[in-house]
Parts: sequence; C-alpha cells; structure tokens
Amino acid sequence: MSESYNTQKPLLEIKNLKKYFDKSRGLFSKEKRFLTAIDDVSFNIYKGETFGLVGESGCGKSTTGRTIVKLYEPTAGSIIFDGVDLATVKEKDMLPYRRKIQMIFQDPYASLNGRMTVTDIIAEGIDTHKIFDDMPDPNKAKQERIYELLESVGLKKEHANRYPHEFSGGQRQRIGIARALAVDPELIICDEPISALDVSIQAQVVNMLEDFQKERGLTYLFIAHDLSMVKHISDRIGVMYLGKLMEVATSDELYEYPLHPYTKALLSSIPVPDPNNPNKGSRIVLEGDVPSPINPKPGCRFASRCEYSKSVVYRNEGSKSFVDRLEGRIARVTLLHPETNELIVKSNQVITREIAEYIDSLGKDEFVVGRDRCFSETPELIEVKKEHFAACHYINDLDGTGK
Amino acid sequence: MAEQKKKILEVKNLQTSFYTHLGEVQAVRGVSYDLFEGEVLGIVGESGSGKSVSALSIMRLIEEPGVIKEGSSIIFDGVDITELDNKEMSEYRGNDIAMIFQDPMTSLNPVYSIKNQMVEVIRRHTDMNPEEALKRAKELLGMVGIPDPEQQIHDYPHQFSGGMRQRALIATAISCNPKLLIADEPTTALDVTIQAQIIELLKKLQEEIGMTIILITHDLGVIAELSTHVIVMYGGMMMEKGTVEDIFYNPQHPYTKGLHKSIPKVGEKNKERLVPIEGSPPDLMAPPAGCPFSPRCPHAMKICLEKPAPLFEVSESQVSACWLQDDDAPDVAGYKKYKGAK
Repeated sequence: MSESYNTQKPLLEIKNLKKYFDKSRGLFSKEKRFLTAIDDVSFNIYKGETFGLVGESGCGKSTTGRTIVKLYEPTAGSIIFDGVDLATVKEKDMLPYRRKIQMIFQDPYASLNGRMTVTDIIAEGIDTHKIFDDMPDPNKAKQERIYELLESVGLKKEHANRYPHEFSGGQRQRIGIARALAVDPELIICDEPISALDVSIQAQVVNMLEDFQKERGLTYLFIAHDLSMVKHISDRIGVMYLGKLMEVATSDELYEYPLHPYTKALLSSIPVPDPNNPNKGSRIVLEGDVPSPINPKPGCRFASRCEYSKSVVYRNEGSKSFVDRLEGRIARVTLLHPETNELIVKSNQVITREIAEYIDSLGKDEFVVGRDRCFSETPELIEVKKEHFAACHYINDLDGTGK
Repeated sequence: MAEQKKKILEVKNLQTSFYTHLGEVQAVRGVSYDLFEGEVLGIVGESGSGKSVSALSIMRLIEEPGVIKEGSSIIFDGVDITELDNKEMSEYRGNDIAMIFQDPMTSLNPVYSIKNQMVEVIRRHTDMNPEEALKRAKELLGMVGIPDPEQQIHDYPHQFSGGMRQRALIATAISCNPKLLIADEPTTALDVTIQAQIIELLKKLQEEIGMTIILITHDLGVIAELSTHVIVMYGGMMMEKGTVEDIFYNPQHPYTKGLHKSIPKVGEKNKERLVPIEGSPPDLMAPPAGCPFSPRCPHAMKICLEKPAPLFEVSESQVSACWLQDDDAPDVAGYKKYKGAK
C-alpha cells in the first residue's frame, strides 16, 4: 500500500498553506497580533484514502478543513485539487469545486436549518448545482434521489417531510451525510463528525462512512480529536500542534512507532479501556497547557512542553561563570524559593541577569534550561523513514520504538 | 475484604423524575447500590441514561420540576439524606459530599478571584480565620499542581486555562476533606493531554488520601483507568454492576457487551469492522415496559419486552439485569448462567 503513495497522483495537494487571523487590538495600536491558525502546512491526500487530521483544540485542524473549501481565504500557500489551485480561484468560480468537495460538520444540531424539511435540506445542493436540470422531469428525479439517499443512510421515506428537531443526534448526522452525498462529491471533509454522538451511535456512523467510501470511491479528510476512532478509520494520519504539522505516517505506523515527542505524549494520553493495560503507569503526562497561537515565538511550537527540549547547565563546567551561562537562556523548570515559596522563575521564562544571580545565590549546582535550537529554529517536516515524516530537530536521537 | 470496609453510601431504589409540560420524564428508575470507603465507583452510560441525575440526586441538587420520588432512599453515613430539609442538607454539601462538574468555567464565578472563591468555601465549612484559610487554599492549589499558587491564587477564572480551572475546582472540592467526591464527567470538556493530567491527579487523590469517588463518564477508557467498581446505566436503570475486571473482562449484559464492541480496540492491526448497537436510546417520557435495552438487544425475548429484569447475581461481586441469566432462559453463546436472582 505504501508504495502506491509515491507513484499515485494526489487528489488534493496542500502546499505551504497558511491561515492567519488578524487579532490586532485598537485602531491606533501599532502592534500587529496574528493568530497563526495554520502555519506552513503541506500534505497530500490520494484518491480513495482517508487522511486523518488529529490534534487538540486550537491546533488548526478544523481551520485546515475549512480553508480547503475556502470558507476561509488562505493567507498563503496552495490548495491543488485535481490539478487546479483553489487558492487562486475566484469566489464566483468556486461553485463547481464546492460540488466536488463537500463537508460534514460536528454539531448535527447547528448544521441543519431548523426551518427546512429534510427534503429541502438535501435538495438545496441538488438545486444549487442544477444536477437534474437536463432531465425530462427534474422534480421527479430529485425526489427519487432524495428517497434513495435517505434509505442509504438508514432513514425512511416518511422522514422526508419532517424537520430536524424531530430527529435524534445520530439521525441528524445521517441527514448531514445524505446532504453531502446528494451532489456526488469526490472529497468529503468530515469535521469531527462523531464527536457529538453517543458511543453506541458513533460506530453506526463510522461504519456508514466506510461503506460509502467503498461503494462510491470517496476520499475523506477526517478531522477529529478522538485518537482511537481516527486510527480506526484512517489510512494515513497527520498530527497537528499549534498550527504546525508535527508528524505524518500511515495509521498503523504512527500508532506503533510514533517518532515525535508530541505524538508519543498524545498517544500515551489516551485512556485505554482495559483495567489491566500493561502500559498503565508509564504514561507521559505533559506539563502545562498549549501556548497561545497569537504571534508564536520562534522555534519548535512544542518546545515549551517537550521533555527533549531540556538541557542542564552545571555550576562547574567551562570557563564562563554559572551566572553568565544561565543568562538569556530559557528556564525549563519552575523555581520557587525553598523557604518563602516566592516565585523566582517560571518554566519557559527567559532567565535575566537578575534571575541568574538569584539562582546562583541559592547555591544550586545545576539548572534545567531549554535547548537553544528548539527555542530558536522551527524544525521542518522531514521524511525520517519511508512515508513517515516528523518535524523535530533531534528526531534521530529519539528511538523509534514507540517508547 | 469488602465486609471490613466502612459503608459510606447506600442508595436504595432511587427514582428521580422531571414533571415537565410534556409529561413525566423518568430519568432514574429504581437504582440501588452500596459504596464502601476508598472505592472509586464508575458510573458509565450514554446521554440520557440517568447517570448524572442519579449523582445530582445524592447531592440533592435536583431542581423543579425534578423530584426524588417516594420510596427512594439515600443513606449517607447512616442518615437518610432524602429526608433532610434544605438547610440540613447544605451541611452535608461541601463538608461531607463534594462535587466537581464537567464544565469548570460554569462552576466558577467569573467576577471573583480564585482566592475569594476558595477562601469562602473553606471558611463556610470550617472555623478557620481568613489567614489560615488562605494558607490552606494555597497548599491545596500546590497539591493539585498549580505551578505558582502564591501568585496565581489571585487570578480570576478567565486567566486560568481549562485544565487549571478543573484543578482549582478539585482543590476547592477536597478543601474540607469530604468523605465522598462526586466527579461528573470531570475530563469531558478537556483536551486529551489535559485529560491525562486530571486523571493522574484523581488517581493521586485516591491513592494518597484514600478518597472515595463516584466517577460519572461516558468514556470506558476513563472508567478503566480510575475505577475499582463500575455501574453500567441505560434508560434510567442499572444494567450491570461489578468490579472493574468483571465489567471489562466478563461482561454479562448485552448492552455492556455492545458498548465494548462499538469502540475501536487501541492495539488493532487489521481493521476489524466496528459492531454498532443498532437503533437509538429509549424515550424516557414513555420508556419501554420491559427492559429499556430490549428494543435494541440482539437477544431480546418475549419476557424482556414485558417486564424489566431483576438483578441476577453473576458472581459474588457482579450483578446483571438481564433475563438471559434466568433459569428458564435459553442458553446463548457468550453468556454464562449463574445461580439465583439477588
């Protein structure tokens, strides 16, 4: 399977995609504040595959999906679908592509218009794209098509004239899927399609998506935060963190041999539904929270929480003084005064001369600081193994055994 | 083992309904269980299964038009708290029973600092003076892993991230050494790496201070990580109860089995197709006359549609509300028959 990725032509090619939102405050403020939702992301999706995009809230996975259909105008980069760069296509010429790329949304309550019947909801796309207009009896063809779609998503003909509030969450998501399928798309962007559903219903929807893929040769971009479901449905997976793609690999490879420290932590965070899980207790618990995506600092986005971004400065090494060697580095531990509990330096804060002198005065023999490269240079996504990409400066120092 | 432990809570035939304009919503329909000191009881179920309402009933936080019905009893530390008036009950809340909720932002007051809110709770329930209470609050924040409690206690809830807010709430909840902590979906609103932090924190509380916890969640993974005992709820009723090993390695109720099959296995290599539970959960306004799961159950028999199953004892530690356990039921592959109804 992996060989084919190199030879095949991708259906969708994302190249250096960027989406920044201007969050500058105030009319006269000189300081520009940009929320970097997607920052230089590149990946391919091949025909007939499911590409999973995972990450925590705010990592840019949903924005990526929405930018592909140009619900957001990309800041830079290209979105090449079937040989055409959608980023350069004008809004008025987007219609044919909107038919080929459909979307399914997370919240089945918010994504269906409560004042439209199921028929109207599904017919909207058919009308917009004038699908049956050259048929002798377009209305009859449309009606038949709607019945057929309803049946294929497990609903009944009788449901056609009902309103969304008459359905359960799972049924509404089926309506959303029927709406997407109505216009015969090639690519469906599934933005957290099962997150709002109950466990027993999730499997129903996932199986249905898999069946449609087989029958119709559909391609999916599957965006979700539920890692075990993403693994189940995807052929390949991309892991995002703060607008950057950290790792891309086939789903088995990614889960068995994760390379990037973030992926490792993310995978070990999944609660395993097995009380005697052998890995219980060896969980990597990340410190702190995801940093702000507004004007992010240079360097690796994950550095502030990464175990491997740490190094130690010892009092007795080299010719320069302890204070000199600490000054200007990034602290990677939080130091409180041993007696007064007063805060001396916080993790990920720059050590000023004053702080360095304070640390020195406490008589510490060593202090944990950040590795310079992690905090100054943004790592590129490189192919570490065949079809396995990761963005980390020290990737070759880490073992790829999944530990 | 269990005999020597102190029984903290005894819930008997708990029934809670909401009398709405549309009719009576029977959220909890006869749930009974015992909870012993140091146990972590996981209550798992889907939305509308009655898991949260059963917990809110223990806190007596059921508001109009909800009612804990006649015949229900909740015996906490020897006292039937369903018979207490509101004032007496408020002595229990926070002191003896504390609760944390799913959404940490809505449980904190945005116009007061963390310090104000924590000190208020501590002083309300103890006779500490303000300085002592502040010291205690800082200690607690440090214990739950807030990096710089000395400074951060002065922050307002919006300055905290979701994970930190949940930590602050846990700190507040344990501030008066409650005998029972009820955690209602404590990690559902959090990202997976933050969820892991909170799971580790709850584990620590359980191991270090032997906190008795009722953990309500829909996530079987979280249940497996933390619980010692598990109740599976569906349609307002208890389907199965047992130790965490019973429920994960020897489930005997078709619903529990169905739940296990509908989630992907983490280690799976060859993609197995998921086995969903067909159909959708019951309407609690008009619940089925028999077993609530019978309309979706692959093994439903005539009696299942007519009469809810009693709790059949599967083993010393496990009960299952399923007619397949009855002597007169046919043998079905995958289900073992044990002796006697409880």
